[in-house]
Amino acid sequence: MTTQYTASNFKNEQGARWCPGCGDHAILNTLHKAMAEVGIAPKDTAVISGIGCSSRLPYYMNTYGMHTIHGRAAAIATGLKTSRPDLTVWQVSGDGDGLAIGGNHFIHALRRNIDINILLFNNKIYGLTKGQYSPTSDRGFVSKSSPYGTTEDPFIPAELVFGCRGKFFARSFDVTLDVTREIMVAAAKHKGAAVVEILQNCVIFNQGIHSLFTDKETREEHVIHLVHGEKMIYGKDKNKGLVQVGFSLKSVTIGEDGYTLDDILVHDAHCQDDTLQRELALMDGHSLPIATGVIRDVDGPTYEADVEKQVEEVKGKKGFANLREMILKTHETWTV
Amino acid sequence: MSENPNVKTIDKVVIRFSGDSGDGMQLVGNIFSDVSAGEGNMISTFPDYPAEIRAPQGSLSGVSGFQVSVGKEVYTPGDQADVLVAMNPAALKTNLRYLKPGGIIICDADSFTEANLKKALYKTEDPIEELGIDPNRIMLVPMTTLLKNTLADSGLDNKSIMKCKNMLALGLICWLFDRPVDKVLAKLKAKFAKKPAIYEANEKVVNAGWDYGHNTHAGISTYRIESDAAKPGIYTDINGNTATAWGLIMASEKSGRPLFLGSYPITPATDILHELAKRKDLGVKACQMEDEIAGVCSAIGASYGGHLAVTTTSGPGLALKSEGIGLAVMAELPLVIVDVQRGGPSTGLPTKTEQTDLMQALYGRNGESPICVVAATSPTNCFDMAFEASRIAIEHMTPVILLTDAFIANGSSAWRIPDENDYPEIKPHFVTGDMLEQGWKPFHRDEDTKVRYWAIPGTENAMHRVGGLEKDYNTSVISTDGPNHELMVKTRREKVARIADDIPLLELEGAIEADTVLVGWGGTYGHILSAAAELNSAGTPVAVAQFRYINPLPKNALEELKKYKNIIVAELNTGMFADYLQMHLPGKEILRINKIEGQPFMVKEITDGVKKTFTRTTITKHHQNTTKSQ
Repeated sequence: MTTQYTASNFKNEQGARWCPGCGDHAILNTLHKAMAEVGIAPKDTAVISGIGCSSRLPYYMNTYGMHTIHGRAAAIATGLKTSRPDLTVWQVSGDGDGLAIGGNHFIHALRRNIDINILLFNNKIYGLTKGQYSPTSDRGFVSKSSPYGTTEDPFIPAELVFGCRGKFFARSFDVTLDVTREIMVAAAKHKGAAVVEILQNCVIFNQGIHSLFTDKETREEHVIHLVHGEKMIYGKDKNKGLVQVGFSLKSVTIGEDGYTLDDILVHDAHCQDDTLQRELALMDGHSLPIATGVIRDVDGPTYEADVEKQVEEVKGKKGFANLREMILKTHETWTV
Repeated sequence: MSENPNVKTIDKVVIRFSGDSGDGMQLVGNIFSDVSAGEGNMISTFPDYPAEIRAPQGSLSGVSGFQVSVGKEVYTPGDQADVLVAMNPAALKTNLRYLKPGGIIICDADSFTEANLKKALYKTEDPIEELGIDPNRIMLVPMTTLLKNTLADSGLDNKSIMKCKNMLALGLICWLFDRPVDKVLAKLKAKFAKKPAIYEANEKVVNAGWDYGHNTHAGISTYRIESDAAKPGIYTDINGNTATAWGLIMASEKSGRPLFLGSYPITPATDILHELAKRKDLGVKACQMEDEIAGVCSAIGASYGGHLAVTTTSGPGLALKSEGIGLAVMAELPLVIVDVQRGGPSTGLPTKTEQTDLMQALYGRNGESPICVVAATSPTNCFDMAFEASRIAIEHMTPVILLTDAFIANGSSAWRIPDENDYPEIKPHFVTGDMLEQGWKPFHRDEDTKVRYWAIPGTENAMHRVGGLEKDYNTSVISTDGPNHELMVKTRREKVARIADDIPLLELEGAIEADTVLVGWGGTYGHILSAAAELNSAGTPVAVAQFRYINPLPKNALEELKKYKNIIVAELNTGMFADYLQMHLPGKEILRINKIEGQPFMVKEITDGVKKTFTRTTITKHHQNTTKSQ
């Protein structure tokens, strides 16, 4: 029996306390809708977050949830999912929470392939502590803690995911509600660690950081939305596409330089070999358009399922009723 | 085996095996202990090994020891050994100080080569004279020669043959103390089940050791060790870490909550992870996480998910887990943290024992974050206290720290396997359907105990969020209101304080009527009990108060202690528990006996300490002629 849910089933009565105009409002509303579409009951859903603006999100859900400590959401979500594989577990982290203080847990969650859906809100800034650069801020970025510009390179979240042999990576912007919903649903359906990077705007401390990709005038020339099985086409006139030249991708105009529609690549998110997906995920929106949608989505063994399987196998093989029986059958004993 | 006419009966004996860390001394010690326990003796063991897995052969730093006491009324592995087995000159040099005056030494005579003497930094060619050993008390056995002769036709290479040398010592000790060789061989057969050739070689060597003793020293006395009458039941030999793991499993069975362990390898706690990882056969999920923090955090996730959630560690790991434990305090989730204490600070003395994490356990978190702290007193008591820590965590919705230490974690004793009904049911403080209908909020609580109710994900109509932010007492939503915060701080404190209504009273032992009480906590119990017994028979009566429950203290504890004129706290730190008691007993002088050498107390250190304390406070005379007035 399937119950139909609506977004309101996942929403609670507490009003969200983010700044007016913050991208998080749109993401929250989209998550409510995506969860309704996925159709897992609120009672079987848990949302785990760390610390930061985005990490307030669980308080605005009508599901189970924990607002935990800085950087540790992935570890807590891992414990919850491993102990309770029957639950659908979401993790909400920002770029600071997930990639700086929580970087270790992030990479290990991916390595283990624990079945959690990681929503990574990336606004390239620390908002809650009022404007310091984050591990995704570009080199030279000026902030309160880098008044003369940073002298370090950023992480590109996708690169970390692929480096950890991640099995699911998708991307969207806070303002592209349909894309966000589409990839949230895909992440929920994916078995294994799924990273959904949502490029999000901080109106107070990093206004317009993603404007090249979100402004009406520029976005169509700088963003490509990838759909599995479809041609990689973008542009205002839908006449641009991606082709492969050697090991690299190249943007071409259909009908120019001898390129036809047949030359344009077809997206394959389910290909186990991640070479091309990686190239697509690393496009930065300048020389090549930045990619949104599900970029990689392949199957692999999940941690919690294999733990459960091993427990059942060993239990079945040994068949001990309880601790006492285990001791009596496997340890040397004597009777007094 | 013919009856030896020179068999003497003794109450207990202490044997110390020592050799290179690769010589297999721990194995020999364990087999001897197990076989003795099987003979009905009480046993107490103390593996004393270096932090290096294989230090340079023959060097002083690479010496590994295993001390065991077997017999009647055995509460400690013994201060000093009656028999010292030293497999090389380095072992002899470093372990001689653990031998009783008049004790016997068994040595491998073949190991006294020039090279070995040099490595062990001897100045002369005669180590026996150099160390001032009475030649009549040393048995120089040509172990290597005997070994090579015994295995000459075995077909084994030299390296494999040398690995059997420890078995020669074992055979010899079995002869000396009348241990059944067949039971030793049964254990070896199990150990080498997959390597029959190695087993056969070991069998030959054990027998050769026994025969050597029997044939060469037929005139010497051998010993029969006495046993106590133990409570009827089925027994096994158990060390503290295994006991901890099993106590947690028992608590899982008695609470109906599946057991989850999130942990990270750290000496000397790792064996708990090893044991629970094996216990997938009982449904345990033991996860080795990426770091200490993930260990505690994954446990917190599992606790929220309705499991009996545990993380195991040692001092440095506890430091890393502090913030996570604070979250469990705030979210009021059950969580068991096991800290197997070792020498600190920092990396300190990783393989050695100390009681220096008490203050960290009590106070090592930000903000007002009281939690329950308990401690285990012996290897077997680890089982009971792991059960108790779990019971308190689940029934009182709080993190509980269980303090054990390297000494009791690695030491072993005979343990009666409990029956089904020896331990009580643990009743999780679940939210009920009625409460849910009446508008339950996650931080509503039982006003008698201040314990909130546990709602497990998957429960209809109980969806709720918890977290590290302060919550409103009534509505359970985030609140930064000052008076509410104070109310919540006091409520959480009161919740932990009221655990005192649910733990056993402090039971004093020894000469309860005396003027003086000797106080300890945790793993020093055996030494303190033995010291009290010695003092009592020497005409210096003392009572003993050994604490297992530290926060909260048992309800009668302070009143009981106040009855004594002299309170002496003995502990393996600079006085942490003494300070803690002092805080609760202002105006009462608390005397102290402290040791911070990475080693357990010697009984003599405590008895001397008590005597010295008396001298210092000039209470001895008064004390000996009076008994405590009620």
